[in-house]
Parts: sequence; C-alpha cells; structure tokens
Amino acid sequence: MANVLDLRGLSCPIPLIKTKDALSGAETVQVVVDEPSAKENIIKFAKSQKFRVEYVEADGEYTITIAK
Amino acid sequence: MNWLIIATGLVFGLGAVLLVKFGNPGNYGFCAACQLRDIAGALGIHSVPNLQYARPEIIGFILGSFGLARFSGEFRPRGGSNPALRFVLGMAMMIGALVFLGCPLRGILRVAGGDLNGLTGLAGFIAGIGAGVVFLKRGFNLGRAHTYTGSVQSTGYLAAAAALVLLVAVGMGAGILNVSTKPPGSLHAPIIISLIAGLAAGALAGRTRMCLSGGFRDFMLVGDTGLLKIYGIMFLAALAGNLYFGFFKLGFANQPLSHTMHLWNFLGLFLTGLAATLAGGCPLRQLIMAGEGNTDAMFCVLGMLAGAGVAHNLNAAGSAAGVGINGQIAVVAGIVIVGVLGLVCREKLVPVSKGV
Repeated sequence: MANVLDLRGLSCPIPLIKTKDALSGAETVQVVVDEPSAKENIIKFAKSQKFRVEYVEADGEYTITIAK
Repeated sequence: MNWLIIATGLVFGLGAVLLVKFGNPGNYGFCAACQLRDIAGALGIHSVPNLQYARPEIIGFILGSFGLARFSGEFRPRGGSNPALRFVLGMAMMIGALVFLGCPLRGILRVAGGDLNGLTGLAGFIAGIGAGVVFLKRGFNLGRAHTYTGSVQSTGYLAAAAALVLLVAVGMGAGILNVSTKPPGSLHAPIIISLIAGLAAGALAGRTRMCLSGGFRDFMLVGDTGLLKIYGIMFLAALAGNLYFGFFKLGFANQPLSHTMHLWNFLGLFLTGLAATLAGGCPLRQLIMAGEGNTDAMFCVLGMLAGAGVAHNLNAAGSAAGVGINGQIAVVAGIVIVGVLGLVCREKLVPVSKGV
C-alpha cells in the first residue's frame, strides 16, 4: 500500500500546505483529512493545478487521491 | 460565481446596513469582536456601563452555524489541539480588534460606510496574515485535534447551549444580564430582527467557510480568491445600502465608533490578523466553528471574551478619542507574545503513515 499523508485533526490551512509540499515532489499523493473544509480546499487546489482528484468518505474521514 | 457566495455577501452586506437602520450604532450591523465585547459587558466580564448588551447577532451566528451543521451532518464534536494557547490567541485577537474598534469584518463595513480608517486597519490585518503565513510555512502548528466519541460528544453542544441561555436571558430583558442605558450599548435593532439576521448570516458563513483571515491567507498561499469574493460582494452591498439610506460619509474624522490614530489602527488589526492566522480563523470563523462543535474554537471565543475584559478593565481599548498608553502597550506586548508563539510552536508531526 502506498504511503498516505495523515492530515487529520490539523487546523486550516496546514493540510493544504502539507499537500502542496507533497505534490511538488511526487506524481501521486494520497491524503486523509477529517475536516470538510480541508477536503474542499485540497480538492479545489489540486484541480486548479490540473491534477486528477478522487476521494472516498468513510466515518467522517476523507481519503483523497491526487494524481497527474 | 456560486450563488452561495453571492447570497452570503448580500446577507452580510445588506443585513449589516439594515441592522443599523433598525437601531444598531453606525457601521455596527455585524462585528464579531465589538458585539462579543458587548456580550462580555452583559455578563459582567468588564464593567464599562455603556458597552453592555447580549447582542443577538452573535447568538445567531452560533445557533445558525450549529443548526446548519446538525442539519447537513457536519456537526462533529472535536478538539484537543492546544486549547490553552488558543485561549491566548483569542485574547490577542480581541485586544487588537478593540484597539482598532472592530473585527476585520467591521473593518470592511466601516470602509463601505466611508470610514477610511478601515483601510489602515485592513492594511495591518493583511500584513499580520502575511506574518502568520511565514510562521505556517516554517512549520507552525498547535498539534492535532481529535473527534470525540461516546458521551464526551456532548461537549460539542456547549457553545450552542450557552448561546441559547443568553438568548433566553436577553429576551427576558433587564434583570439577569447587564443592559446599557447609554449608547452605544443601548443602541440596537429589535431582538428578533438581530437574531434572524445573525441566524441567516451564521448558517451561510458556516456553509461557505467564510473567513477573512482565511481569504487573504489562501490567496497568499495558493492564489485562491473564493473567500475574498464573499467580502467583495458584502462590501458592494453595504456600500449600496449606505448610499441609499444616506449613511455614507467619506473621510477619516468623526466617523462612528472610530479613531484616527493610524499607526494603532494598523498595529491593532496586525495583531488580530497574526493571531487569527495562527488560530486557523478570524473572530467570525471562530464563532462559527464553535457552533459546529469545535471545542478548540470555543476556547478561542472564551479567550476573546477574556480579552474584552482585560482590554476594558485595564483601559487598553481604543475609543473615539484614540488609543491610550495602556492600549499601545497591550498591542505591542500582544504582537511580541503571539510572534514568540509563532516561532516556537512547531509540534513535530508524523504526517506520513502506511495504510491509515
């Protein structure tokens, strides 16, 4: 299984900053967040950078897969 | 542009002007700092007699965001990310805002009423956010929060319960809470109108994640202007409303609940912007998140109430006459303290794990 960036419980905008940093050095990044606002920010940012984005929700947590 | 962004801007902008029309003080339709300060006065946390009224707009913010979060399934009691420091950041946010005489939301509403001192304050706010973003990029964080489970979940309801108690108390009139008989505390729209405006604004702010520090921060970090658009529409709506009702008066001097000490307007909101960026949201956003069950935001709001107490009991708040030496010392001390927190609070995270 691929490494997953665990960004649960972090205040805005730390999940976005960590995701942005990770995307600068990788083709594919998977992150887990538990705030709807963090999920929305990450997806919006990734789409603006022309990444493909998919996410699944389970028990209030969002696993977001971002790929070129 | 998304209709929610437009609706939120209109409700805040036109709502603020209509609240003034119905009785609130000038450029005082909504303010997440001053109106919370009036609640602090109503509760006896400070003793300035003309700043005491449990403003239903704030009660509405909390109950509106709570109601929407419950309805949409986003109500999620959570917390545990360094509440003590969030309390301190809340105090700093309020002390800075009370030197400027308004939260950043009121800063924009003041400009929409022609008060150019709002521009000086907002420039300081943006600079403070810039400083906060530097700390965030260096790795600042207050640690992880976690979602509460089981019976502990009831703590998520505390802010909404407190707002409900306040609403009942203010609805019963004098007798329980302190109530000012002199302005600006005595000036207010009818309770039901203030409450409805606050409920609508709170629900929309919760849905759109409206936050001014977040708006500038996201623009600086990734060029995202989504949150700033809400404030742009709010400004235009309030400007139109102020022109229509004849409230607009352009200039620096003799503006309602305002002073012209530019340096302290700038530094006051600089402190608020810096503290808000480190706390993850502006004063309005903290109220909204508190309603949504975030106990860390509740601590920040408690800090804001305490900050109002400190500012007024120690004569450190601004007034129409300006900012006294105590206020100047409080702002500088606040910037130093929050700056040191920004430097040292870098809890080591282990963000990468396998198969979470």
